[in-house]
Amino acid sequence: MKNVELIIDNTTVNVPEGTTIMTAAETLGIKIPRLCYHPDLSLEGACRVCIVEVEGVENFLPSCATAVREGMKIKTNSPQIREARRDLVELILDNHPKECQTCERDGNCELQNLAYAMGVRERLFEGKRKSHPVECSSTSVIRDANKCILCRRCVRVCSEVQGIHNLSQLHRGFDTVVAPAHEGPMADSVCIACGQCINVCPVAAFMEKNSTDEVWAALADPKKHVVVQIAPSIRATIGEGFGMPVGTAATGQTVTALRRLGFDQIFDTNFGADLTIVEEANEFLMRVEKGAKLPMLSSCSPGWIKFMEHFYPDMIPNASTCKSPMSMLSSLIKTYYAEKAGIDPNDIYVVGIMPCVAKKFEMQRPEHMMDNGVFYTDAVLTTRELIWMVKAYGIDFANLPEDDFDGPLGFSSGAADIFGTTGGVMEAALRTAVETLTGETLETIDFEVVRGVTGIKEASLEVDGKTINIAVSNGLNNAKILLDRVISGEKDYHLIELMACPGGCVGGGGQPYPPEGYHVLDPEVLKLRAGALYDIDKAKTVRCSHQNPYIQRLYKEYLGRVGGEKSHELLHTTYEAREPRGIK
Amino acid sequence: METVQENKLPSDIVEFIEECTKQEHSESYLIAILHRIQNQFGWLSVDHMNEVAQRLQVPSATVSGVATFYHFFRLKPRGQNAVSVCLGTACFVKGADRVLSAFESELGIQLGETTQDGLFSIEVSRCIGVCALAPIVTINDKTYSQVTPKQVPELIRAFAEKG
Repeated sequence: MKNVELIIDNTTVNVPEGTTIMTAAETLGIKIPRLCYHPDLSLEGACRVCIVEVEGVENFLPSCATAVREGMKIKTNSPQIREARRDLVELILDNHPKECQTCERDGNCELQNLAYAMGVRERLFEGKRKSHPVECSSTSVIRDANKCILCRRCVRVCSEVQGIHNLSQLHRGFDTVVAPAHEGPMADSVCIACGQCINVCPVAAFMEKNSTDEVWAALADPKKHVVVQIAPSIRATIGEGFGMPVGTAATGQTVTALRRLGFDQIFDTNFGADLTIVEEANEFLMRVEKGAKLPMLSSCSPGWIKFMEHFYPDMIPNASTCKSPMSMLSSLIKTYYAEKAGIDPNDIYVVGIMPCVAKKFEMQRPEHMMDNGVFYTDAVLTTRELIWMVKAYGIDFANLPEDDFDGPLGFSSGAADIFGTTGGVMEAALRTAVETLTGETLETIDFEVVRGVTGIKEASLEVDGKTINIAVSNGLNNAKILLDRVISGEKDYHLIELMACPGGCVGGGGQPYPPEGYHVLDPEVLKLRAGALYDIDKAKTVRCSHQNPYIQRLYKEYLGRVGGEKSHELLHTTYEAREPRGIK
Repeated sequence: METVQENKLPSDIVEFIEECTKQEHSESYLIAILHRIQNQFGWLSVDHMNEVAQRLQVPSATVSGVATFYHFFRLKPRGQNAVSVCLGTACFVKGADRVLSAFESELGIQLGETTQDGLFSIEVSRCIGVCALAPIVTINDKTYSQVTPKQVPELIRAFAEKG
């Protein structure tokens, strides 16, 4: 490719043809202010905040959407440019509620930060302001169009990364609003509740449905025995909320913080993950043996499951019937643990700390209800919600001593930790399935072929004289690609791991907004977070789920046989085709 | 009420969509399909738009985005008698805004709405080319010239009696 030479702020720079002014400036260490731009999504050019001056061009040009040309002379700063940028941000603010102090994104709002950086110190414009009802129908995602600044990042992520196409810009001009079809409720839409719209939103136009009030109330209720479980990925991301570097594991501090918040028992969703693997690997081997439906599709990610129900209902027979680790553990807490501890299950309040807003949907599925109409899981908090609770309680997280999970549902193998990243469930399943199939101990249990945050990974393994074709995907557009290959007969997979969010749970819709220097969905962030999980796995002595001694004891004492009657009653579930049908 | 809301698209429109799906860039036929539906039904219902989305395999949100972007598409059923007040420049300076207000208050509905009994709806047009006769009102296919607010009750009564 040809290179282009141009001058930015009096400095000559050489960049490949087709580079945008914004990217060219970055090579010189100039970060032009921006708002609607996202490096991993299509160009929008909606906000005009990134304008620059190009010599010989009358108007300022948006640097995100303008390609460099030979000999261009560009100024990224001048009193006029700064004034224009400040006016642009002020005009956006003019049609935005003045509610910063009571807004959930106070302190980590991109618009707020931008307004400060642009020097907006007074509000000079006073115009008409839009007024829309806040849409709260969904179990997971709240849409507040009053706060929306029409950057369309949510529309783009929902279509381009997730392939859902649930959001669109409706109406025009001042009446423009981002919403599902016909401005209908999110609950009745094809929304799969992944929460990526929340992640990419620069303001609080999309937020998770907050459950902290319910959890505070349960913690304060002396009659309630409040049990908490934390998902594998939380330990790798929660530290970011307290200024720890991205990729810092904070398992012990999280346990201490939860104890100080007043939780009575602190269990680990990892235990549920180990149990999932034992059940799922068994289910897979049974399917192979009996010649049942293949490929088998993983079932841990509730966003993926809801996607399947809306978009690929014909694939339901292929999905593993295993509940997710969270739902397996919740079922055990209100049965096995309740019995063991002699506590009435109705007095137990189970809280899941999840990277995910779709878990708020999963917990309320009728399949996860006890006979008395109470759900096995009582509340789901995202990583962000827990970070806020810890801060609100005045806990100095970064300086906490470390503590251990409570037994017996707090012990896990390294295979469980890596559930939090794309490829992790596959690797964990292979460790158990291959050892079970061959009857031999694996020499190396690291399956490097399924690691890394790329969207699709494929491999073929020779096990016991048989070839097993596997595939792993993250981000639902990639799931579509894999499933279409299966349907067309192009590929003959045996086992597929699918996770809704980019990078898997470490990129979940409930994870912390990334710190300064990173962007949302940044592959670098996803890699660092996943790296923390692989390090935890490596440091453990037990690294295969079926070798977890407490899992073995659970079967001996309570469940009986793997895949047996009791397991099916407590650990397996069903799925159903859902309306409206998604457009593939 | 004549404007029966059919939930399903009629066979001729279904056939047209099927033809469209065979074309390259089939999604670009979306507007043409919506026009056909509106020509036949007078408006675009949610059920119809959703059916178009499924048959053409274009997301419902996109169909909805297109239908709400263009003023020409109506998202509510039209009344049996469609009152259209011209708000072009000539009509406007001759008092069309007061004529519009008279229709609104007499029928008890706002611009773009339909009366509960389904008899009347109010919309506006932007110049129909007979400025010499301003202000102009059309009701269904009939044109009324130099309309004053005072004449509005009488016009409505005439159409209401016809049923």
